[in-house]
Formats: sequence, structure tokens, C-alpha cells
Amino acid sequence: MTLKHESNTTSKVLMELKNLSKSFDGHQAVRHVDLKIYEGEIFALLGGSGCGKSTLLRMLSGFELPTEGSILFAGEDIAKVPPYKRPFNMMFQSYALFPHMTVEANVAYGLKQDKMKKADIDARVSEMLKLVHMEEYRKRKPDQLSGGQRQRVALARSLAKKPRLLLLDEPMGALDKKLRGEMQLELVDIIKQVGVTCVMVTHDQEEAMTMADRIAVMQAGEILQIGSPHDIYEYPNCRFVADFIGTVNLFDGTIADEEPAFVVIDVPNLAAPIYIDHGISGPGGNRRVNIAIRPEKVRMSATPPEEKYNWGKGIIDDLAYLGQHSIYHILLPDNQFVQVTQTNDNRRERPFELEQEIYLHWTPDACVVLEE
Amino acid sequence: MKALTMRWYKLRQSAWLKPRNSVIAIPYLWLLLFFLVPFVIVLKISFAEAQIAIPPYTDLITLANDQLSININLGNFVWLFNDDLYFSAYLSSIRIALVSTLFCLLIGYPMALAISRAPASSRNVLLLLVILPSWTSFLIRIYAWIGILKPNGYINNALMAMGVIDTPIVMLHTDFAVYVGIVYAYLPFMILPLYANMMKLDHSLVEASSDLGASPVTTLFKVIIPLTKAGIIAGCMLVFIPAVGEFVIPELLGGPETLMIGKILWEEFFNNRDWPVASAVAIIMLALLILPIMWFDRYQNKQMEEQS
Amino acid sequence: MNRFSFSRMMLWLGLVFLYAPMLILIIYSFNESRLVTVWAGFSTKWYGELLRNDKLLDAVGNSLQIAFFSASGAVVLGTLAAYVLTRFRGFKGSTLLRGMITAPLVMPEVITGLSLLLLFVAMAQLLGWPEGRGMTTIWIAHTTFCTAYVAVVVGSRLSEMDMSIEEAARDLGASPIKVFFQITLPIIAPALISGWLLAFTLSLDDLVIASFVSGPGSTTLPMVVFSSVRLGVSPEINALATIIITLVTSLVFASWWYARRVEKARKREMQRMLAS
Repeated sequence: MTLKHESNTTSKVLMELKNLSKSFDGHQAVRHVDLKIYEGEIFALLGGSGCGKSTLLRMLSGFELPTEGSILFAGEDIAKVPPYKRPFNMMFQSYALFPHMTVEANVAYGLKQDKMKKADIDARVSEMLKLVHMEEYRKRKPDQLSGGQRQRVALARSLAKKPRLLLLDEPMGALDKKLRGEMQLELVDIIKQVGVTCVMVTHDQEEAMTMADRIAVMQAGEILQIGSPHDIYEYPNCRFVADFIGTVNLFDGTIADEEPAFVVIDVPNLAAPIYIDHGISGPGGNRRVNIAIRPEKVRMSATPPEEKYNWGKGIIDDLAYLGQHSIYHILLPDNQFVQVTQTNDNRRERPFELEQEIYLHWTPDACVVLEE
Repeated sequence: MKALTMRWYKLRQSAWLKPRNSVIAIPYLWLLLFFLVPFVIVLKISFAEAQIAIPPYTDLITLANDQLSININLGNFVWLFNDDLYFSAYLSSIRIALVSTLFCLLIGYPMALAISRAPASSRNVLLLLVILPSWTSFLIRIYAWIGILKPNGYINNALMAMGVIDTPIVMLHTDFAVYVGIVYAYLPFMILPLYANMMKLDHSLVEASSDLGASPVTTLFKVIIPLTKAGIIAGCMLVFIPAVGEFVIPELLGGPETLMIGKILWEEFFNNRDWPVASAVAIIMLALLILPIMWFDRYQNKQMEEQS
Repeated sequence: MNRFSFSRMMLWLGLVFLYAPMLILIIYSFNESRLVTVWAGFSTKWYGELLRNDKLLDAVGNSLQIAFFSASGAVVLGTLAAYVLTRFRGFKGSTLLRGMITAPLVMPEVITGLSLLLLFVAMAQLLGWPEGRGMTTIWIAHTTFCTAYVAVVVGSRLSEMDMSIEEAARDLGASPIKVFFQITLPIIAPALISGWLLAFTLSLDDLVIASFVSGPGSTTLPMVVFSSVRLGVSPEINALATIIITLVTSLVFASWWYARRVEKARKREMQRMLAS
């Protein structure tokens, strides 16, 4: 059950968080987080509001002091170094562009703090504005720019100082939906082009999956799982992660037979037991488990399957035709609903009707066994 | 049919306009009569001559022997410009008001900053503590400084008891005492608009500045102060303009050599009973203050418009 | 993080600067000696003297009366002015009205006082009213300058208020007058109260304007205090100061405490509703 897909094992560690905690007036916002950030990766902290992801980011940028633990960067603990002495820069959710300065002055602000020569500053500002395609707006004030343009300026400003680490706080939070999709890919392009390591915070799973190399799913101040978007989706390690990323159907079951090569699980709601084609290093004496199946991994048919395992019977309670695919809500005995997505790869009329009795089935590798 | 509806609509609209106009008219007429018209009268009387009568000034327009004559007397203004006393009084009023405003700003800005940075729970109490003195009596707060500053007052008594000085330092009835009094009395008026402005400041701008490598001092001068400029202007105007015309403070704390225009106006009016000269003094004071007042007005209106 | 420790130090020093003189006043009001600045033992006799000072008590009566009526008048006029400025935007002459609302906030008192006196004299000549000067003329003068303060307080509340509430009431068929009395007024009521209190204290405190427009028999408290203070320190004034400071402080903190209690009860209620 612990399928560790630790990526980037060959890369160098840029930063390491050890046992990092933060509490506000007795409320623990971040609990004992251990985390490694590798050089050159885009790392996303994903979770709902109040999960501690923003607090964690603010500790990396230096705006919050950890109550416990350390942040190791280049061999030193920088947990107590003030933000203006860290070689990290942040792109704020609201962009935080200085309203009394021009685009140019905003981008130059950080460079001026390093007492750079004026000619060098000018050159760097031009280079950055070119990178984000904002050269012709250099004399404008932030209130004369659109939301997307402001984001570009904010990005240019935070990259101008060549930070060792770029922090993004809800990078798409202030943009409308249509712009988001375009900007996500462009942002990744720019970050990869510059080659900067990046830690981002988002509540949007799609955004995290589009942009990040690795994702940490957070809840109640703890990191539940770290992995590539693929790992997190296909091999969630707990109910919360499975539920948070995408849609999932969950079954309660009891282990009937456990061998090193396979497992058989009895599920009362299904007509046939579940068969999984690999062993699980499950909870010792605990025979009760959760099984998760993604809606698109389930197949539907009007006739009973031939197999001995991995199928169930139900009634179509609701269906939504969405063009490229349809979503079905199947009512199992015991009032449990299962969601199924079927690609409409055929132009035939509706394959199934409401109230129709149908059979669900899936392959032995479709299921994931979860901890409670 | 359409014309009919239009007419009906217009009728309704004008009916709706009527109560609206009367609502506008009540405060409008009151302020016109009791705030604006008086200035016209002051201007008029500044061109009159003093005489022993009731009222103690001459009419500008007289009708005698079927002859309408208009007597505009520029004597008061000529008098004011030729007499050094008035000229230096204007200068020293402005100097005293400027210096006091500067000190109010230097003391008030960090105080307002500290209140805006305080935890939300204690912010209101701190603000209350700053405003509270201005709700008690102004006169009594100035009076308190007489006891503190006078030759056998608390400061001199304490210093002499400690053996720091042998003879009392003269502080009361000096310009120094006037500075202390103005700063003391007007400090809350400086802090209030500054605080209001700082609370509107987006804190992520301060964080962004720090994130980009600016030290707290740089952030203060490059980001916080420029972005609270509106509050600085409002606070300074709220202190400077009334301070120029201040009467009570120079009267109680200042000495005979403390020349302030408010005091001169008071003396011309109450002691010399020369209403026309007092009016001329007021007109010149207004002329000096009209620009700052308009600046303040414009700022206030901008604030109101931003809010709504 | 001691990032703003300098400003915090300034805050405490500033508060000491603001409160030390008042504290000294209070302490020495209990001084036995007539020499206010030399301590000669504890006594409350100056409070007794104060109560036997008929001139002063008369002035207190006058001041309270004027303050009450001025504050009430200023709330009516100031609220109307604020409403007009925030809701009827850009009518003819709105700029002038705005100017007449904000200018009194900074206008030197000697100018306001002199100009109003000259107005009253001119009106008496022209219309025969007001005959002589007294409580009425002080009331008019105070109402006028307090109107500006009330308009600012109420105006900021009005512009913060969610306008769609008023629009909803109008949409549901309420006439503009009904909307004002049934919707707007209850919502801005706290601002009206604080505006009234502000106007009340301003009127109570005014010396300069009242000195210009008062007549015989309408001496206010600040005028009595001023004529006494001009002659130097006096323990009776210290006693009076103590009473004023205690009164204002306890009123302010009582209302603050009450507001906080209401707020806390509201929060508790919210939490209970969310929990269930």
C-alpha cells in the first residue's frame, strides 16, 4: 500500500524543512512538517482553506517565525532570518504591486536594495519585462494594467533578483477562469526557462496538477502525501487525498484472503468480491479496509460479467450527458451511490437509460486500498 | 400614447424632485446663511471705519441729502501693512504653527504606526486613549501646563529639589510653552487621520518590500510614508490651520513677546473695540489660509469619493 | 519580532505626554494648600468650594443647555447634509456644500466667532432679529460648526453602508422617505449617537466662538474657567478638571465596555449557531 514514487532522487536538495511547526494563540496551524525541496522543481502545497499551506509558505518567505523546527538552506538554519535577508522572492496573491511606482520602478525596487549600478538595473529590468512580454508598459502605473498584466509585472518583479527560490501564493487566485488556463502554462514555461526552484500554494487541484512537478496535499497542518500529480491521483495513500483530488468511489470491505501476490476483499454492497492483483502491506490485525475506485476506471454493461471478481449490480439513478463523456449515478443496494464516467466514443443513441438495471465491473489493478 | 407616458413620467419625476430639493435646501441654506454670508460681512466691515456708536463702525453705503455715497476705506489694510506689529505677528503665527505641526507629525506618525501594528484586540483601546484627551476640556488641558511650566511649578520644583538647578528656568510665558501647548492640544488630530490612512494600507505591500530585500527603515520611507501621504496632509492641515489662528494657547502660555494673529484679532476686537481692524486682520488671515483650507477640502472630498 | 520597537516606544512616551499633565491636575485637586504646586496634605475642600460657586454652577447650567440643543440641531442638519452628499451625487452646487461642510473643521475659531458676531449685528440692524445676543446666538453658532463634524461622522458611515439594502427597500415598494426613516436611519443610528456626543462635547468645550456671540446672562462654563485661569492656577479649577476628566473617562469607557460586550455576545451567538 505504500507505493513510494519519490521523484527527483537524483537532484540536489535545495532546502529541507525539519519538524516545522507554527501555532497562533494555541491553535496549531502547521504541525511537524518534514519536507525536502529539490533544485529546479515546481513544488505545490495543495489543500483547502485553513489547512496551513499559506502559513507554511509564509514561514519559507520569513513573514512568520516557526514556533518549532528548522528550515535548512545551504547548510544553515534560516528560520529566524528576516525576509529582506533571504535570497527568496514571493509573488503575492494580490500581486502587491506598489501603486505609487511605475511598472519599471516596481521591477527595479528589489535590485535597488542590492545597491546595483543604475545601468545594470536598467538592463535587468528590460530583460525581465521582455521575459514576461510587458516591455511597452514600463512607464504605466499598476492601476492602468489589467489583472493578467499585473500578474506578469509581479512575476517579473519577483524574478528580477534571481532568487534561489520563487514563492507563489495562489498565483491564479486573482484571475478569471478563462485567463487561468492560459497563464498556468505560460507561468510554468517562464519558470522552467529561468530555471528557478519554485514553491507554490494553491487550493485548486487542477492548477497544482497542471503546474507542479510534485504536490504535497495538506490537511489540518499536516502533509498527508507527497508525490507527482500521477502518484497523488492514481495512488492516494488515504481517504482524504483520494477524495480531495478528483472524484472517487469508496467501499468498506473486509479482507477475506491475503497472499503476497493478491488480495481478496468482501464488500457487502457488491455482488462479487474485489480482487487486487498485488499484495498489500496493510494494517496488521485490522481486517476492515477502504477501497477507492475512480469513476473513469469503472465500466458498465447491460449483461452480467463472466468474471468471478470485481463486479456489482445497480440501477441508474441519474445521468448527465456532457458531450465528450457522460456521468452516471448508480444506486447500489444499501443506498450507496457510485459515480461512473463513460467516454461517449460512439455516436449511437444513449447506451443506457434512467432506471435501467446495469452491471459495473473493473480490472484488478483499478482499485486502491486506503488507510482510514 | 407614447407622448402621454413620457409626460406622465416627467410629471412623476418632477414630483420626486421636489422633496429631494427641499432636503438639499435645509442644510444648504443654513450653512450659506451662517457660514458663508458672515465672511462677506467681515469683508464689508473690514472696509469700514471705526466709530463710537452701536454698531461701532460706519456704513459703506450712505444715503444723505439724496446722495448715494459708497465709502470704501482701505485705511485698515494700509494700517496693517505699515505697522510692523501685524506683519511680524503673521510671520510668527505661521512659524509657530509650522514648527508645532512638524513636531506633531514627528511624534504622531510613529504613534499612529504603532497603533496600526498593534494586535486587533488592543488597537481600539489605544486609539481611544489617544482621542480621549480631546474630549475633555481643551481649556483645562492647557491650564495644566501653567502649573507644570511656571517658575515655581512642578518641573522647576523637581529640578531644584534634585539640585540640578538653583534658580528656576523661565518656561511659562515663552514661545517654548506655546509650542508645547499646541503640540499637546493638537496631537490627537494628527494621529487620527494618520491611523485611518495606515489601516487602509494593504499590508502585503509592506511584506512585498521586505521580501524584495528592503530593510524596515527603507520600507518605511519608500513604501509606507509615500502611501500614507494623504493622511499626512490631512493631519498636518488639521493641526496647522487652526494653530495659525490659535488664541487660547498664546494667551495662557505665551508671553508678551509671543505674537500670534489670533491673539491680536481678539485684542483689537475686545480690548480696542476696533471692529473694522479686527475684520481686516481676519480677512488677511483667511487670505493666508485659503490655500491650505482648499487643499484640505480637496483631500477630504477625495476621501469621501473613494469610500463611496 | 521587534520590527517597530521604536514606534512602540514613541507610542508609550506619547501616551505619557498626553496623560501626565491630566494626572497631575487630578492629584493636586486634593491638595490642602491654595498654592496648587506645593503639596500640603490631602483635602477635598476645593470640591466643596466648587459647589458653593454660584457663578460657576449657573455657567454649567447654561453650557449643558446650549450643548444639548446644539448637538441635537447639528445631528439633524449634519445628517441631512451627509445624506445629500452621499446619495444625491453631483447636484448643482454640491461642491460648495462639500466645501462648507469641511471648511469649519479647520477654520480658526477667532474667524468663525468674529464673522458670526458681525452677521448677528447686521441681521439685528436689518431685520430686528436677534435682539441682543445670548443663548440663541450661541446655539446657532455651535449648531453651525458642530454640523460639520456630525456630517463627517455620519457621512463616512453612510458611504460604508451597503447601498443595495436601500435599493432593495425601494424595489419592494417603499417610498424614498420611508426608506430613509425605516431602513437608512436605523442602520446609521450608531453614527448619529457618536455624532451627537461629539457635537455635545465640542459645544461644551468652546470658548472662543461663544465669547464673540454671547451676551450678558449667557456666560458659559469655559468663559468662567477662562477668566479664572487668566489670573493663574487655582485649586478650584483643578477640582473642576478632575470632575470633567473623570466624567468623560468613565462615560467613554462605559460605552466602550458596553459595545465590546455586545460584540462578544454577538460572536458567541454566531459560534453557537455555527456549532449546532
